[in-house]
Amino acid sequence: MRLTVNGTEHEVDVEPDMPLLWVLRDVLGLTGTKYGCGIGQCGACTVHLGGVAVQSCQIAAGDVDAPVTTIEGLGTPEAPHPVQAAWIEIQVAQCGYCQSGQIMAAAALLAETPEPDATEIDAALHVNLCRCGTYPRIRAAVRLAADKLREG
Amino acid sequence: MAGMGKIARRGFLIGAATVAGGFAVGVYSLRQPYASPLSKDLPPGMAVLTPYVVIDRSGVILITPRAEMGQGATTIQAALIAEELDIPLDAVRTDPGMPAPAYYNSKIVAEGLPFAATDTGRVAGVARETGDMLGKLMGLQITGGSTTVPDGYDRLRQAGAMARAMLITAASRRLGVAEAELTTEAGAVIAPDGTRLSYVELAPAAGRLLEPRQVTLKDPSEWRLLGKPMQRLDIVAKSTGTERYGIDQTAPGMLFATVRTNPARGGGVLSLDASRAEAMRGVVKVVRIPDGIGVLADNTWRAFQAAQAVEIEWGPAPWPADTEALFESIAGAFETRRDSRLKDEGDIKAALAGGADVEAEYRVPFLAHAPLEPMTAFAWFRNGIMELRAGTQIPRFAVRTARRLTGLPEDLVGLYALPMGGSFGRRLEDDFIDQAVRLAWAAEGRPVKLTWSREEDMARDFPRPAAIARGRGRVEGGKVAAMDLAIAAPSVSASQMGRLGVPTMGPDTAIVAGAWDQPFAIPAYRVTGHRAPETVPISSWRSVGASANAFFHESLMDELIHAAGADPLEERLRLCTHAPSARVLEAVGELSDWGTPLAPGRGRGLAFCLSFGVPCAEVVEVTAEARGIRIDRVFAVAEVGRVLDPVNIENQMQGGVIWGLSHAMWGELTYAEGRAEQENFDSFQAMRIGECPEIVVRALESGGPVRGVGEPPVPPAAPALANAIFAATGQRLRALPLARAVRFV
Repeated sequence: MRLTVNGTEHEVDVEPDMPLLWVLRDVLGLTGTKYGCGIGQCGACTVHLGGVAVQSCQIAAGDVDAPVTTIEGLGTPEAPHPVQAAWIEIQVAQCGYCQSGQIMAAAALLAETPEPDATEIDAALHVNLCRCGTYPRIRAAVRLAADKLREG
Repeated sequence: MAGMGKIARRGFLIGAATVAGGFAVGVYSLRQPYASPLSKDLPPGMAVLTPYVVIDRSGVILITPRAEMGQGATTIQAALIAEELDIPLDAVRTDPGMPAPAYYNSKIVAEGLPFAATDTGRVAGVARETGDMLGKLMGLQITGGSTTVPDGYDRLRQAGAMARAMLITAASRRLGVAEAELTTEAGAVIAPDGTRLSYVELAPAAGRLLEPRQVTLKDPSEWRLLGKPMQRLDIVAKSTGTERYGIDQTAPGMLFATVRTNPARGGGVLSLDASRAEAMRGVVKVVRIPDGIGVLADNTWRAFQAAQAVEIEWGPAPWPADTEALFESIAGAFETRRDSRLKDEGDIKAALAGGADVEAEYRVPFLAHAPLEPMTAFAWFRNGIMELRAGTQIPRFAVRTARRLTGLPEDLVGLYALPMGGSFGRRLEDDFIDQAVRLAWAAEGRPVKLTWSREEDMARDFPRPAAIARGRGRVEGGKVAAMDLAIAAPSVSASQMGRLGVPTMGPDTAIVAGAWDQPFAIPAYRVTGHRAPETVPISSWRSVGASANAFFHESLMDELIHAAGADPLEERLRLCTHAPSARVLEAVGELSDWGTPLAPGRGRGLAFCLSFGVPCAEVVEVTAEARGIRIDRVFAVAEVGRVLDPVNIENQMQGGVIWGLSHAMWGELTYAEGRAEQENFDSFQAMRIGECPEIVVRALESGGPVRGVGEPPVPPAAPALANAIFAATGQRLRALPLARAVRFV
């Protein structure tokens, strides 16, 4: 089957019910997207499917019907996306394992809602579990990212 | 495991280009305190200045042997060295180095000693020094107990200063200028005439010198890095998905593995049929391992699917099968097995002879660590060498485990320590590394990456033990007059150290830590520990014994203070015997506007705990809404001696508060038929962003001993929350998780 990931088209030979998460990680080698629970309860595997934040462990490869963007496609260490730049500036990460998913969820939120209020931020990130407890900094980073995106 | 056969002996070079995101450090010499001045096998151009500073042609590498679990260990270790070495943090690389006794932890033993942190007497001092020596003697390279900063504070700065002195000596000889006339700046030695010699060009000559016997450390007023906000060295990687954790390891021809083992650890396998699994797409092999099976496949998902397809009949749990029976086993210890009575002041029997004003029983449940990255390890056995890559808090024990399984000599087993997607104490166990070694052995030369499913991770955790406390007390004239607390729990130390093969003796202070050692003077005051039999194998969980015992101590204290009609802050201050602790209490009172009126339905709760040498006080503010309890704000104050990185301290304190609250609200492992009933984050609930209150933190720095703050903010959170709910609703909650009794919104 064919998948477009981060602007590149890939032909992959996998079972249609293999979750997109494992296609990304183990077949395409895009390990920035993380496995945390496999049942859509932690958000570590959040990617964009057609611009919408989805949990890639809950999307079967055969159901992928739009281009996929992963954390690697959002920005790079050399050229971080404004959301990533905000995450760096606020120093959100502790262990960092959930942050790819947090950032992808935040980027999708800000693309849709450029000036989210506190409730909208919490709602958009509600599924994204952080065991280290970086929530206060995540909120601050989303607000900073909104400013950065507005200023262009 | 089968015999080794012939092994081609050769030097083991760790890391190198094989480690994604890492780089070579080669075999380097480890000098003091493990005198082994070997400089053989050093790649050309590489110089070793102390076990912590390696310089090659490409630049300066700082060795940061304490494991990065998210707590910022790598950055603070690098900063401690770099401060004295005079080099900016963005000009160095870091490497965890090889597991080695030189990287022993001098502070890890002291925490378990039966001396309170407030005890500055001679006997306690001698015992701590002995503990330091024991850590050194045994080469205990362990990350834990909030010791990375206290252990490294002097040692790492000294290493940086020694390396700098060696570079200055080398420059002095090269230039013919007296050492006293040379200065250093930004990775170079500067001569009076402005000549700059970079550390890289001086390294080969400096590496041939002996380490100086004495160095003078900078006065903190001269610090350029320490004490100021730092950018974490891993922050860019962790914000761009480019950090490489254990679960992200790769190698040519690598097999993806998982395991499925008896959810009742130790129950064994009665029968199994792997034929269907073995026929599944991508499955290379199903391997029998202790207590279950491992699957080698061509991707993780296929391995997961195949593991589930193996038909297995598990043996029964070798411990009481359900939660009720497990608690009965703990409760039984009150009658039979007294483990310690480290606090026994005044005459508690006489004080309580006329009956108690408060008499209550408290309970806490078993808890999973559940770091978001499940257990993972990479192992590759080729050419007679076992290469391991894993996130671990106990690298030397893990190497020993691999050696025990394979029979390989020490120089043919290498372990490269990786950053962890959380640990919270879980990776103080090496069971998953043991499995990876077995699977790599079975993989016949191919590299293997083992990834546990979340279900495996939760079922096979070594949880924080459940515990029960019975408290009694009396009040007189508006004051707390007597407090008697008995705690029953299985011994974490015996369970965990038993697996590591480290003998334990005497009482287990973890059973009473955070309760017996609190800085209060009550006329009659007693804390007794009772050791319950080991049932479910248990281990250290962020803040260990204090995670349970602060809930017991501070709930009972709150009940007594309310019975006395006193103010929770004023009465604690009146009872407090330790000036730094009193300052922490005063500061949290000030920060939280303690004593100012709150609207009806709102309440404040206060709790205090001195753990890991850090007094920490927290105030939780809640509102009892029609829909349930909402946590509005939390105020936390801790005394850390000296703040080395204000941003990281804020992050750690907020994270500790959230960890404490999250588990107080929802966390529990319950058992039925010998297995945990929670298998994933749908049933093992944890705090989400929407439930997270505003958290205001303050770190005090009295200039006393420098302490670590990864754990101390955890213990006060649960009792502060329960005490706040009492203040808001009048409902006294004596068992965790609180969500069993109230609803949180």
